[in-house]
Amino acid sequence: MKLLTGNDLKTGFVTWWTGADWSLHIEDAADVGEAGEAILAVEEAARRVNAPYIIAGEQTADGPRPAHIKDRIRALGPTVRPDLTLKPADPAAGDWVI
Amino acid sequence: MYKYDEYDQQMVDARVAEFADQVKRRLAGEITEDQFKPLRLMNGLYLQLHAYMLRVAVPYGTLDSRQMRMLAHIARKYDRDYGHFTTRQNIQYNWIKLEDAPAILADLASVEMHAIQTSGNCIRNISSDQWAGAAADELTDPRPWAELLRQWSSFHPEFSYLPRKFKIAVIAADEDRAAMRLHDIGIQIVEKDGAHGAAFYVGGGMGRTPMIAPLIKDFVPLDDLLSYTEACLRVYNRYGRRDNIYKARIKILIHELGADEYRRQVEEEFAHVKSLGIDPPKAEFDRIAAQFAMPPLDASASDEIDRTDPDFAVWVDQNVAAHKVPGHAIVNISLKPIGGIPGDASSAQIDLMADLAEKYSHDELRVTHAQNIVLPHVRKADLYAIWQALDGAGLATPNLDLISDIIACPGLDYCSLANARSIPVAQKIAQRFADPARQRDLGELKLKISGCINACGHHHAGHIGILGVDRKGTENYQLLLGGSGAEDVSLGTITGPGFDEDGIVDAIERVTDKYLAERTDGERFVDTYRRVGMAPFKEAIYG
Repeated sequence: MKLLTGNDLKTGFVTWWTGADWSLHIEDAADVGEAGEAILAVEEAARRVNAPYIIAGEQTADGPRPAHIKDRIRALGPTVRPDLTLKPADPAAGDWVI
Repeated sequence: MYKYDEYDQQMVDARVAEFADQVKRRLAGEITEDQFKPLRLMNGLYLQLHAYMLRVAVPYGTLDSRQMRMLAHIARKYDRDYGHFTTRQNIQYNWIKLEDAPAILADLASVEMHAIQTSGNCIRNISSDQWAGAAADELTDPRPWAELLRQWSSFHPEFSYLPRKFKIAVIAADEDRAAMRLHDIGIQIVEKDGAHGAAFYVGGGMGRTPMIAPLIKDFVPLDDLLSYTEACLRVYNRYGRRDNIYKARIKILIHELGADEYRRQVEEEFAHVKSLGIDPPKAEFDRIAAQFAMPPLDASASDEIDRTDPDFAVWVDQNVAAHKVPGHAIVNISLKPIGGIPGDASSAQIDLMADLAEKYSHDELRVTHAQNIVLPHVRKADLYAIWQALDGAGLATPNLDLISDIIACPGLDYCSLANARSIPVAQKIAQRFADPARQRDLGELKLKISGCINACGHHHAGHIGILGVDRKGTENYQLLLGGSGAEDVSLGTITGPGFDEDGIVDAIERVTDKYLAERTDGERFVDTYRRVGMAPFKEAIYG
């Protein structure tokens, strides 16, 4: 699957294209297929996302999982500060990155 | 310490207003990201993995308690309650919102600070010896010269678009505590026939092509320091490569020209630059230098230290250094608690260090390139009270220059350039060697970790260096031995195939075990490595 990601212009937070909007949570990410470049152009021009790019991923039982560790860390947060990740209450959340 | 004059303040205030307008236009869609990116980078605002990152300059690592408290305030109000002190003596915030950036820069300007030239192909923050002005072994305080260079290089129109970024360090002691020869220009204030001058080492650096700067001129009269620096930059700006980012640093130019030819061209340029009269009048330099005058320390203060508390005694032995004034000492605050994140400090810890500086260190602090903090002017009689306060805040780890005093870049946990995480490796190594007695038995051992080839974690200069790489989508760690960023400068050599995260920790333990088996009396790790060579260590690592 292909995922569209970028950062929110105002906050810089990592965002994922859901098919209709942007979400902070990778669980909401949609497979953009071959439509990524077109969506990216429209959304960037509308300033709904900053520095967007398309990545490879796979659908898993837990939801979409980026192929590269860098994007998995982007999706979760810093592995060395679990309290600052999107899943601060889940002590095993870092395992998903590795 | 240096205080802004009206020109300094006007320059910084004007830049804050300019950037506020640029942010406003970006948020309104009047400029694109492609147009805005170079503008935000000129103000130290990067876009990293999780958010915008702001890098704030701490000139030559010196700041006062008011400025330190502002750093805590920014962490608390605009970030997530912590900051990260860097290997360039700066501080970075990892969770900045673009819409807050103008307010942050205004707050910084209110205490004579900014983020200008902490990014881009310009002259970056001038770095220096963190013990400058206090060290017992220094010839003179190098910071007036660093400040002069700061003023000269700030918004210098000719050097705002260099082929690549440019880093300058200034020291004035034979013991190099600033990795001087791994800078684009390393300047050492030296003495010759009773006069002070500057030795210029040019063309050093780390990154993907590490090089030790060769000596270009052994003695430049201090009256010519700016002119000679300008000549060095001009030759680089004219001939440095702009066609290939990986060959654009001055070290490549000097390597390709040869030091002799580069020196000839600099001398030719210097003869011209000298005629332009850019060196400051003596009165102006004296005005700057006067602001770095030694604070009023009582030289009759007691040299005695009550070492009754054994934990305190260990900390004194490891983290306290000799001061040039009797009865006083330099306190090194480790930001490397076992299992912690190297260089990180909470806003409460930053505030505490500011309070201690105000109460015990004549209002002065330093940031070190090893990601620690220094209280430079402390009475020995106050050491115990300082230690107690630090201990209560998790800041009294007695590990300066030991194996757990690890330099580590933010790595893949934060940095968009990184290929592998640095911090978890640093944490595991520190935990493996957590026993203080074991660390002290190993002695001075500088371990440095970078998460990519850009080498922000100085891995080339580590007695033991670690470079994180991406091997087919998996983090892998190369091991280097024998580097040094000090006066015995050298570049580390890769041992062989890399390791995974746990494997690199095991490999380091095999290296240190081999060192203990091979060392002779008084030998540091790097001394033993240099004496016996790579082979025995390689055998110990790989069998």
